Amino acid sequence: MTGAMAQGVDWAAVAPPMLAAATALAVLVADLWLPRRAAGVLTAISVGGTLAALVAVGLLWGDSRATFCVDSGTGALASCSYVVNPVTLVFQAIVLVGTLVVLLLVHTEIAAPADRRPLPGGETGFLVLSSATGALVLAAGRDLATIVVALEVVSLPAFALVGLRRRDPRGAEGALTFFLVSVVSIAVMLYGVSLVYGATGSLHLDQIAAALADPAGRTSLATAGVLLTLVGLAFKVGAVPFHFWVPDTYAGAPVVVAAYLSVVSKAAGLVGIVVVVSQGFPAYADVWAPAIAVIAVATMTLGNVAALRQHRAVRLLAWSSVAQSGYMLVPLGVATSGVTGSRLGEALSAVIAYVCVYAVVNLAAFGVVAIVSRHRPAGLIEDYRGLAYTEPASALALGFGLLALAGLPPGVAGLWAKVVVIDSAVSGEAGWLAVAVAVNTVIGLAYYLRWTALLFARPVAGREAVSYDVPAASGIAVGLALAVGVAFSVLPQVVLGLADVSAGLLG
Amino acid sequence: MIGQVLLHVALAAPLVGCLGLVAAGRRVRDRRSPEVGVVASGIALVALVAAALLVDRDDTGRAQLVTDVAWAPALDLRWHLGVDGLSLPFALLTAVLVFCCSVYTVRVRPEAGRLRAFVAVVLLIEVGMLGTFLALDLLLFFLFFEVVLVPMWFLIAWWGDPHDRPGRTSAATTFILYTLLGSALMLVGFLVVHAQTGTFDMVELAARGGEGISEGAQLLAAVAIVGGLAVKVPVWPLHTWLPDAHAKAPTVGSVLLAGVLLKMGSYGLVRIAVPAVPEGVGRIAPVLGGLAVVGIVYGALACLAQTDLKRLVAYSSVGHMGFVVLGIATLTPAGLNGSVYAGIAHGVITGLLFFLAGAIKDRHGTSEFHQLGGGMYARLPRLGALLTFGAVASLGLPGLAGFWGELLSLIGAFRPSSLLDRPYFLVLLVIALVGLVLTAWYLLVVVRRVCQGDDVIGGRLPVLGDVTRHEVVSWGPLVALTLVLGVWPGLLLTLVDPAVATLLSGGGS
Repeated sequence: MTGAMAQGVDWAAVAPPMLAAATALAVLVADLWLPRRAAGVLTAISVGGTLAALVAVGLLWGDSRATFCVDSGTGALASCSYVVNPVTLVFQAIVLVGTLVVLLLVHTEIAAPADRRPLPGGETGFLVLSSATGALVLAAGRDLATIVVALEVVSLPAFALVGLRRRDPRGAEGALTFFLVSVVSIAVMLYGVSLVYGATGSLHLDQIAAALADPAGRTSLATAGVLLTLVGLAFKVGAVPFHFWVPDTYAGAPVVVAAYLSVVSKAAGLVGIVVVVSQGFPAYADVWAPAIAVIAVATMTLGNVAALRQHRAVRLLAWSSVAQSGYMLVPLGVATSGVTGSRLGEALSAVIAYVCVYAVVNLAAFGVVAIVSRHRPAGLIEDYRGLAYTEPASALALGFGLLALAGLPPGVAGLWAKVVVIDSAVSGEAGWLAVAVAVNTVIGLAYYLRWTALLFARPVAGREAVSYDVPAASGIAVGLALAVGVAFSVLPQVVLGLADVSAGLLG
Repeated sequence: MIGQVLLHVALAAPLVGCLGLVAAGRRVRDRRSPEVGVVASGIALVALVAAALLVDRDDTGRAQLVTDVAWAPALDLRWHLGVDGLSLPFALLTAVLVFCCSVYTVRVRPEAGRLRAFVAVVLLIEVGMLGTFLALDLLLFFLFFEVVLVPMWFLIAWWGDPHDRPGRTSAATTFILYTLLGSALMLVGFLVVHAQTGTFDMVELAARGGEGISEGAQLLAAVAIVGGLAVKVPVWPLHTWLPDAHAKAPTVGSVLLAGVLLKMGSYGLVRIAVPAVPEGVGRIAPVLGGLAVVGIVYGALACLAQTDLKRLVAYSSVGHMGFVVLGIATLTPAGLNGSVYAGIAHGVITGLLFFLAGAIKDRHGTSEFHQLGGGMYARLPRLGALLTFGAVASLGLPGLAGFWGELLSLIGAFRPSSLLDRPYFLVLLVIALVGLVLTAWYLLVVVRRVCQGDDVIGGRLPVLGDVTRHEVVSWGPLVALTLVLGVWPGLLLTLVDPAVATLLSGGGS
């Protein structure tokens, strides 16, 4: 990290996170000046800022930029801490679309009447956007210091978000669990980073990769460093054995926050893994890939089996999101078998495609759960019985989301995602991994289908029907997620092609 | 050009009908919705018949009326549809059976109500079934294969046996989990093939005949694909989902399950497994043949032990599909022809038998033999006569549809492919013949117990209507097909034989 700044800051490159951060501050400040019930204005600011950041991502599309660079001193190319390329932009787009949907769902919560215990408007918007800023930086970060700091920026506001509902013991408990596990894992990760630094003498991923590529320099120190660094990121995506915070935290948090954690925060963790292993540790693929493969199978199996026994909507989705993390990690688990770099590229492409689909359909499901849980605070799956009779549109959206998570038509987007993941395992010649995914799909269907069937079941006679009266903002959020999910089903090339292009650059 | 459009019309009509019913919601009154089903499935049937007339009947070994456009290049997925002598009969069978079911539903409504949803679900199932038979791309085949699952779950779980709510739900769940496990394994096999050859194109794969796929990968792919499809067929001992699913499903569900869904499995074996990975299939064919004859005998013995007409028809499928699989396992033209013929005949005859069993159950409130007693000839003479007709067709009486397919399968087993061990297959042949005798036995037992004898319960029941005009209309096509396929096997075999020859001759060998 020595050497003078080789160039000034490329403001265009850092525009998306800057816009998100500025919007976060604007929401916080505006909340101080506005009258108490001005949720609409706050949402307008936060949604507008997110859209602006999305536009910035769109304008950067096709560009490759880098900033915060230092000369390596050896005459080689400068090492940069912040890199914009298609992978960065795809993940930033996922983060921003996810944040957008979450902010729309948040609007319903902060605009709720006082007797429904609304979330504090300014704080919620501020915290969501702050955390999203961290995720945006994480997608572009190319040195371990930036990545660790960005990871913390994602996590710190998230602790507060989980415990945001005042006088809610479950929320406080969830936040505390989340906090403690997070602190431990980040400490482990920092230890790993320090070992890697000790072994390679650099925090920049490209320099680390170069140093690790030297077979003579292969040490157990570096191996331990690589594995411990991944621990912190595995925590973020909720991979087994770092998953146990997920159900408690999701269940304790407001539903919209759980939606945020399961999509944006998870995508951040995943992009971290993708960037670190592909840019920093490709030479150690024979070390981390088998570890990830085992973790992937353990994660999907445990998540699915635990989800079978859940009776509460959010807990079920929490375990399902653990299982989904397992599927997402599968392609990385076979990244080793090819000696050429192209295998890594294929693996990354599969991960990106899966995350895109997962983010969209999971948001659709969480959005409907957020709508329903306003009127049915117990959040039991049984509460969804007959939803199709009172809220046909919501029931269709939730049904689509659940079946897409299961990977079965009519949720065709999910089917393509599963095909991509199984294909990566097969072409990585890890047949056992492919079969593990296949078997897990069957386990997963059991609980997704149980819930889907309830949506369309006849309502229980005698139980008073609830008028859900879907708020416009929530309706738009769910509709947006559903529309994108259907688009991915009919035109899978959109997401798969994108994933291919971007992965080509990393691999 | 017009042919391609017709195939798309056949797929689109039920899909539009289904989406229309969902979108219209309560604007379409429940009792009018079966008419939507009749129109949609009727359009599909007419379109397919027209397409069949356009097909060059002298060249059915080649895929015709082909549409082939890239859908998702990143997945190597293509929208690749077409028909040849193999897929056309199955597609027509599907269209006929769904049309019969739709007509039937106009008058005979499921007890559980919710007709609009019922019709929408049946139409969605038709989309999946037709697409499975028309697809010429492995991934597209997989997509359509999966489309059927969720609607079929709803069909069984919601409109199934009204007296056994937990039973029908668990039957539906067993069905979907088993078949999903099978199709997920099949997908793994497809992807292995793709990893080795770089194509999902069934025509191309058949032309290559396994060329370019290493021996180990062939075996792996064959085990995955055949194993996955064997769940659907079902091959003994993977059949355990079948009896409950068939017995608990509503009449229409049983007809479609037995008539078409099982054929999706056997069709996949002939269409994909045999031509794409011939060496791999050759290695496991003896096992497959062995399981097939075990299934024939097991199915027959299980039928002898049944006390319920509907369950008996369900178990009989295990035996009949055993002949279908035995034909495939011989890897000969005769065997494959027999497999296709037996499959089509089973679809028609068992479809009819499930209609009859459903009609008997609706009239008596039960299909248990001891509650039905005997004397159907006295009580409901026309229904009894039809049941006898279906039973003798099912046991393979010469002159009716069931005969030719089983005969050809046995001929195939008599002279199996040169790659296979002939004495072993002769043993299988003998066991299959024993199964054939047992099959005749249990079907004649059914006729004796239900149709003949004294009518003991007739006096205690309100007057039951015999076969109605409406039922004649909806079952008539199946009776006619049973007769036509029985006396004129050439009608089907001239279509199928060139296609089978193409699939078996892959790689120019």
